[in-house]
Amino acid sequence: MTERSAPPRRKRRWLVLFALTAALALVAGACTAGDGEAAGSYTDIINERGLTDEQVEAALKTYVPSGQWDEYVMFASGGHSGQVIAIGIPSMRILKNIAVFTPEPWQGWGYGNVEQMKVLEAGNVGDNQISWGDTHHPALSETNGDYDGQFLFINDKANARVAVIDLRDWETKQILKNPVSIVDHGGTMVTPNTEYVIEGGQYGNPLGWEYAPLEEYEAEYRGMVTFWKFDRDKGRIDESQSFALELPPYWQDLCDAGKNVSEGWVFCNSFNVELAKGKSVDGADFEAGVSAGENDYLHVINLRKAEELFKAGETIDVKGFPVIPLDKLIDAGVLYFIPEPKSPHGIDISPGGEYMVVSGKLDPHVTIYSFDKIQQAIADKNWVPDRYGVPVLDFDAVKEAQIEVGLGPLHTQFDDKGYAYTSIFLDSVVSRWSLGPPYKEGDEAWKLVGRIPIQYNVGHVAAAEGDTVSPDGNYLVSLNKWSIDRFLPPGPLLPQNLQLIDISKEPINPTVDVTGTDPNGMQLLYDMPMALGEPHYAQIIKADKLNPFEIYPEVGWDPATMQVDPEAPVPGNERVERDGNTVHVYMTAVRSRYTPDRVEVKKGDRVIWHITNIEQSLDATHGFALPGYNITLSLEPGETATFEFTANESGTFPFYCTEFCSALHLEMAGYFLVQP
Amino acid sequence: MAKMTLRDRVLGPRVPPEQRAAHAERYRRPMMLFGGAAFLLVVSIFLPYWILRLRAPQFPDGLVVRAYLNRLEGDVETLEGLNHYVGMPSFEYGAVLERSLSIIALVVLAGLLIAAFAFHNRWVVVFTLPALVFPLMFVADLQYWLWRYGHSLDPKAPLAGAVGEFTPPVFGPARIAQFETLALPGPGFVLALVASGLVAAGLWYHRKAYKPLLDQLYGKARS
Repeated sequence: MTERSAPPRRKRRWLVLFALTAALALVAGACTAGDGEAAGSYTDIINERGLTDEQVEAALKTYVPSGQWDEYVMFASGGHSGQVIAIGIPSMRILKNIAVFTPEPWQGWGYGNVEQMKVLEAGNVGDNQISWGDTHHPALSETNGDYDGQFLFINDKANARVAVIDLRDWETKQILKNPVSIVDHGGTMVTPNTEYVIEGGQYGNPLGWEYAPLEEYEAEYRGMVTFWKFDRDKGRIDESQSFALELPPYWQDLCDAGKNVSEGWVFCNSFNVELAKGKSVDGADFEAGVSAGENDYLHVINLRKAEELFKAGETIDVKGFPVIPLDKLIDAGVLYFIPEPKSPHGIDISPGGEYMVVSGKLDPHVTIYSFDKIQQAIADKNWVPDRYGVPVLDFDAVKEAQIEVGLGPLHTQFDDKGYAYTSIFLDSVVSRWSLGPPYKEGDEAWKLVGRIPIQYNVGHVAAAEGDTVSPDGNYLVSLNKWSIDRFLPPGPLLPQNLQLIDISKEPINPTVDVTGTDPNGMQLLYDMPMALGEPHYAQIIKADKLNPFEIYPEVGWDPATMQVDPEAPVPGNERVERDGNTVHVYMTAVRSRYTPDRVEVKKGDRVIWHITNIEQSLDATHGFALPGYNITLSLEPGETATFEFTANESGTFPFYCTEFCSALHLEMAGYFLVQP
Repeated sequence: MAKMTLRDRVLGPRVPPEQRAAHAERYRRPMMLFGGAAFLLVVSIFLPYWILRLRAPQFPDGLVVRAYLNRLEGDVETLEGLNHYVGMPSFEYGAVLERSLSIIALVVLAGLLIAAFAFHNRWVVVFTLPALVFPLMFVADLQYWLWRYGHSLDPKAPLAGAVGEFTPPVFGPARIAQFETLALPGPGFVLALVASGLVAAGLWYHRKAYKPLLDQLYGKARS
């Protein structure tokens, strides 16, 4: 090495420094250029679309990029669609319209599958087949008062029925017709460990909805609340352990189960203490008659004592179902009433179970009762009997607070910060107010702290886990009945409007004006047109509590039993067997063929057709459609199903896969031939 | 001093032709003002007198009622439907007499104004006073009915208790349940108001025209 070939040390150091600086400058430049470009592009979009800062903020809060999942799932009833709709939050994307009371062809629900037909037929009323429902209040199963993500219950107001949905496969497993009442409303709610599913009645009817003239309303008509015993291991309601209470015909409305300190008690409100019987008897229509009085009665029910009466056999028989008669309820101290402001439409228990919140929809306040005070009034016998002899507790003795929240208050949910949220129908706002101790103390307690306008006519509200012992806060959905001008008009039947509201921020001001519309920290994020039905109530569960099957665990899985069906067709044993006039078909389905792909019978044969989707890949669902016989199935990976019919039409019927399954999906077909 | 004929006694003095020729404008002016007022009153029959605008959250475009002298137009049926919650009487029971007489009354008012052309003395006041005070009577009557409606709530109406008795103002903003209301004078009322002004002006010019004539013909004491 010569001196010349090696550059001086100092010079080399400079060179390194220069290179480093240049590199840094380049990197920095690139970064700046990158940022500048992005900023330019989205500010352009904001400007082009004329979005305000708040709208941009809302968009950013609700956007869930492709491939990412929502934080919460909302299960909303579908109203008179008879179904339950699952919606991701905050994106408000529909995940599934779960078929419950109404046959639904995409899920193959009720189009031949014998197990499903059995579930639906259990919901028939007498000889009448009922092929729709009016779902109102979904209830997620709970463990220690918190959603556990295992089951979902839903009622049908139109026919007083209750359904059980298994959240392993999001399918309906059981439908029960209430033997006592023909309509319900106050269901479903669950006790804190899902021991019971509560179904409260609504319009009074003679027990078992036997005939009685309206003139005999007071003597013959009755209300009810039914406690359906849930067998978690079986995933079914156990009818033999279930019972109902006979109640005065006061048109029971909604119920809620006590929790924590009030566990073991159940609260239901009512709205026809007036005993209105309609124009034909009263000369005034129900609308006026039912809302004439200043008070209705909150029903306070000691469920543990009711259970004791049931177990002691202190029941009467109504259509084979045990009902504890009213006089026994009174004697045993099961039932108490509390005056509540006129025509209430909500009863909601605070997370700790200390407070019962009622809104009289024709009174601008929420009325809050204290569980301790209720217990004290019962202990003090601080009551007067009502016309049926039920003790009516003294209002002032049990009232904790009344807060003016606006015109037409309905339902209340709770958050993690000590606030409650009440839907205000006439004012079309959601009012936020603070709870009392232990949630908020002193000056901060029982204050109206926000009123966010919604569009329009809110019914229920649902906050994230907002009716559990540990609400999450974060989000609230306002389930609005009218959308009026919010969406492109699809003809005269407009969608509902589900509005997502950010409730994560604390109020800015200590209180707001009850006639004003100061959201005071709440922010409207998103309008979702709901055109599948009219959701009434909804519950919002943290998505990670749900752990559904991705595919059925084994090939040949029967969703009715949640086990492998040993008789299920599997590869190698596909066949067609004839037994007299009965033909058994054992078929498998896999991309992209049915085996066998030809089934031939004689006209008049009874066909019992078993089919298994033997796929084990995520999303490899096959359909099975049999033209001319009103049969369509959805076979999810691993699922086996059976359908039965009489081949009463001779001819040639190509069957095919309805779920686009593969490149050769169109080839997935076969022939059902019926010889004349 | 001229002797008063019966006709002159009732209708006032005739204007001597030479005087009329000399001061045509002076005698025409009250007639034109009364005539104009009569015309405006007749036109006002076809225009709304009172406009009530209502806004509520669930009616983002608002609702409107336009009260003509004999009928209501606008979102009347919607409001009738909503009203049963509050329990005010139905619109059909309001101001029945006034509505049934109003058209004839207005025509009579206009006719009286035309008839007033013939009167050259103080009797003119009798024929013009109704038109002069008509807007005031309209407002008073409307206020009466508004008070009556706000104080006749059906106690059985679901929201009667929550809303409570109230008196909506004839003009200006108010609040009933979740509705913000704004009551405004309609163009018909404005015309009636202008007509009233024309009548007042007409009376002024009438006096200016005929007072000197009366004084001249019968002496100051008679006027």
